[in-house]
Amino acid sequence: MPAPAPIARHTIAVLVDNEPGVLARVIGLFSGRGYNIESLTVAEVNAAEKLSRITIVTSGTPMVIEQIKAQLARLVPVHKISDLTTAGPHVERELALVKVRGGGEKRVEALRIADIFRARALDSTPESFIFEIVGDAGKLDAFIALMAGLGLVDVSRTGVVAIARGPEPL
Amino acid sequence: MAKDRMSGAEIVLQALKDQGVSHIFGYPGGAVLPIYDALFGQNDVQHILVRQEGGAVHAAEGYARSTGKVGVVLVTSGPGVTNSVTGLTDALMDSIPLVCITGQVPTHLIGNDAFQECDTTGITRPCTKHNYLVKNVDDLARVLHEAFHVARSGRPGPVLVDLPKDIQIAIGSYIPPARVVHKSYKPRLKGDPVQIKRAVEILAQAKRPLIYAGGGVVNSGPAAAQLLAQFARVSGFPVTLTLMGLGAFPASDPRFLGMLGMHGTYEANLAMHGCDAMIAIGSRFDDRITGKLAAFSPHSRKIHIDVDPSSINKNVPVEVGIVGDVAHVLEDLIKFWKSTQAKPDAKALKAWWGQIDGWRARDCLRYQNSETIIKPQYAIQRLYELTKGRDDVFVTTEVGQHQMWAAQFFKFEKPNHWLTSGGLGTMGYGLPAAMGVQIAHPKALVVDIAGEASILMNIQEMSTIAQYRLPVKVFLINNQYMGMVRQWQELIHGGRYSESYMDSLPDFVKLAESFGAVGLRATKPSEVDGVIKAMIECPKAVIADIMVDPKENCFPMIPSGAAHNEMLLGPADKREQPISEDGMVLV
Ligand SMILES: Cc1cc2nc3c(=O)[nH]c(=O)nc-3n(C[C@H](O)[C@H](O)[C@H](O)COP(=O)(O)OP(=O)(O)OC[C@H]3O[C@@H](n4cnc5c(N)ncnc54)[C@H](O)[C@@H]3O)c2cc1C
Ligand SMILES: Cc1ncc(C[n+]2csc(CCOP(=O)(O)OP(=O)(O)O)c2C)c(N)n1
Ligand SMILES: [Mg+2]
Repeated sequence: MPAPAPIARHTIAVLVDNEPGVLARVIGLFSGRGYNIESLTVAEVNAAEKLSRITIVTSGTPMVIEQIKAQLARLVPVHKISDLTTAGPHVERELALVKVRGGGEKRVEALRIADIFRARALDSTPESFIFEIVGDAGKLDAFIALMAGLGLVDVSRTGVVAIARGPEPL
Repeated sequence: MAKDRMSGAEIVLQALKDQGVSHIFGYPGGAVLPIYDALFGQNDVQHILVRQEGGAVHAAEGYARSTGKVGVVLVTSGPGVTNSVTGLTDALMDSIPLVCITGQVPTHLIGNDAFQECDTTGITRPCTKHNYLVKNVDDLARVLHEAFHVARSGRPGPVLVDLPKDIQIAIGSYIPPARVVHKSYKPRLKGDPVQIKRAVEILAQAKRPLIYAGGGVVNSGPAAAQLLAQFARVSGFPVTLTLMGLGAFPASDPRFLGMLGMHGTYEANLAMHGCDAMIAIGSRFDDRITGKLAAFSPHSRKIHIDVDPSSINKNVPVEVGIVGDVAHVLEDLIKFWKSTQAKPDAKALKAWWGQIDGWRARDCLRYQNSETIIKPQYAIQRLYELTKGRDDVFVTTEVGQHQMWAAQFFKFEKPNHWLTSGGLGTMGYGLPAAMGVQIAHPKALVVDIAGEASILMNIQEMSTIAQYRLPVKVFLINNQYMGMVRQWQELIHGGRYSESYMDSLPDFVKLAESFGAVGLRATKPSEVDGVIKAMIECPKAVIADIMVDPKENCFPMIPSGAAHNEMLLGPADKREQPISEDGMVLV
């Protein structure tokens, strides 16, 4: 038996017509075919041409990733697809809002760590903070893990947005 | 009112006319009454009133597959839509171009659980190539033309247009088809010359080559089948076809090895197992073909031509993938083959043919005939022999053993004459599909080779057949069992025939008569020819009830989970090991 193919994480950018149902098509494709979605973000990026950009983080074997791209390309309202992970260097960012509750030492410690991670306090009450943190998903994971011991009560994350480095558009 | 101003319903009719549609299959209801009103008293588009919406979709599939045109369906909202879902899924799996227009509750009621409302675009999103909900009458003409374009181009498939009732009544502007230039949807037709060149290099070096062609050749059109024949001729390579591809290469050609796959021939499957280079042409490496993936064609370099990039490397990784339309790619490939004067090793090819002829000599489709009981294979063989002089014979099938025997024993020389539900395997497909074929080819001999269980799933269409005086012939292979289910229960589940006996069957002769058709019956082998001849000569619809051996099994068979070289050739073939657990879970 050949060794099982390695599973890798890919960030895929998809340019679609911003029309009703387009997100359902993309999500339905993933659930219907059993692909994995780690995160998915979508927003209109070109109002004049009514185009939205979807950023999907998924994982799979090389054959599955190729299928995912081919299946996405098959959707009629899809204009362009780029596998940023294989296309070259790119930047990825995600934003999280992190609510921490507590007082005393833990409160001080939370602020100190937030400072190290360059997280900003957006809201504060005598017994809580809301931090805003931006970075790649790994940085957010690390920050949230540290906050878990310091009174973490709520997290909201945007999911990853990404863009290729250099002068070229998608 | 200006000439291009009209109601939504009139826009629908005008668009159908401008798309060259002469027949549509449908069933009315509240949410499509304005369109039925527009149909009234006009002669450009003939509406065929089916008896269940499922029948309409299969009929449109039959119409489409036998003509190469887009089949058109018109149904009402809610239950009209849900009844159509099976047919749409069938068309999606088998790449059949359809446009299905569905009525919807008026826009202001959408989402209110209104009477006969359902989320049509939601339900049909995964079973259509694309779908639309039209909320503005001025979009309607463009959407309809686009729907036809998407349905017929690239990898064909069903496209649905959901049309709220208020949009059918509203007045809007009509635009003619012109050339639809879609913003994002642009299927690729020409293959990449670099890949074509690599393909030719691999094929020219092959010692044991095989052409494995499928339904994509039929989809591509008659020119593709001719080019396939030409390539087989210039290369001298053997050809095998999938179930969906039958007819894409002449069955009488000595280079034809028959169908491959689960119930394919010994020679085709062993050639697939033993080849050192294989070119897949419009075929999609379905699990019925590959059997156990890890053991599939283990020694071959693989090339795949397909218009749908997602078909390439889906199940089986290939060395060279060529995205493009079969006819376009084959034309370039043959040109390149000729210009490079590619010459495969003649000695090796001769040895390969020698090996193939050895496999052929096993005569794998041989069966034990009987003097007393009609063998299903014999019945189909006789049907073929007694009709093979004509070039206007179309065969549809239902799903089951009879379908496989039809594939094995009926020979097709041309594409578009064999219609079967391959991907979804929809029982109840054959009768309405035959109806659609007969509408498109009024003078042709259209035979549904049927099973008694399957035909009952859409038997109501006998009434449609009566209304339009369609001389459709049902050749009923009546084994009183869901034979295919019984066969698996015999081979895999210890002969426990759980719920596969067809109790309380109707008297099919009387059933035919009650629908104004002719009923015939054969119970002995000696009666088969007479019944077939009477059936063919009869100007009316016929159900020929052929009472066959209820215990016959369909061979060859590659049991699920097995490899091509582990095929069962006949009832005497004992498997050394019971079917593996992995195999048991497969369908
Ligand atoms: C009971 C039962 C048993 C079966 N047993 C068998 C069996 O033994 N053997 C067998 O072969 N099948 C069998 N089938 C059928 C099987 O399930 C599949 O439907 C069939 O094998 C698929 O055929 P295909 O590969 O030709 O693909 P199709 O479904 O016909 O697909 C066509 C392919 O060609 C591509 N294509 C379409 N248009 C073009 C174009 N213009 N240019 C290029 N490419 C194009 C499409 O993208 C697609 O990949 C069985 C079905 C049933 C119900
Ligand atoms: C709608 C549907 N339901 C169930 C099946 C599963 N199935 C496949 S073949 C078969 C039996 C078909 O019996 P019949 O039409 O008599 O054909 P035979 O195999 O006896 O020739 C069944 C139930 C199916 N293919 N389609
Ligand atoms: Mg039966």
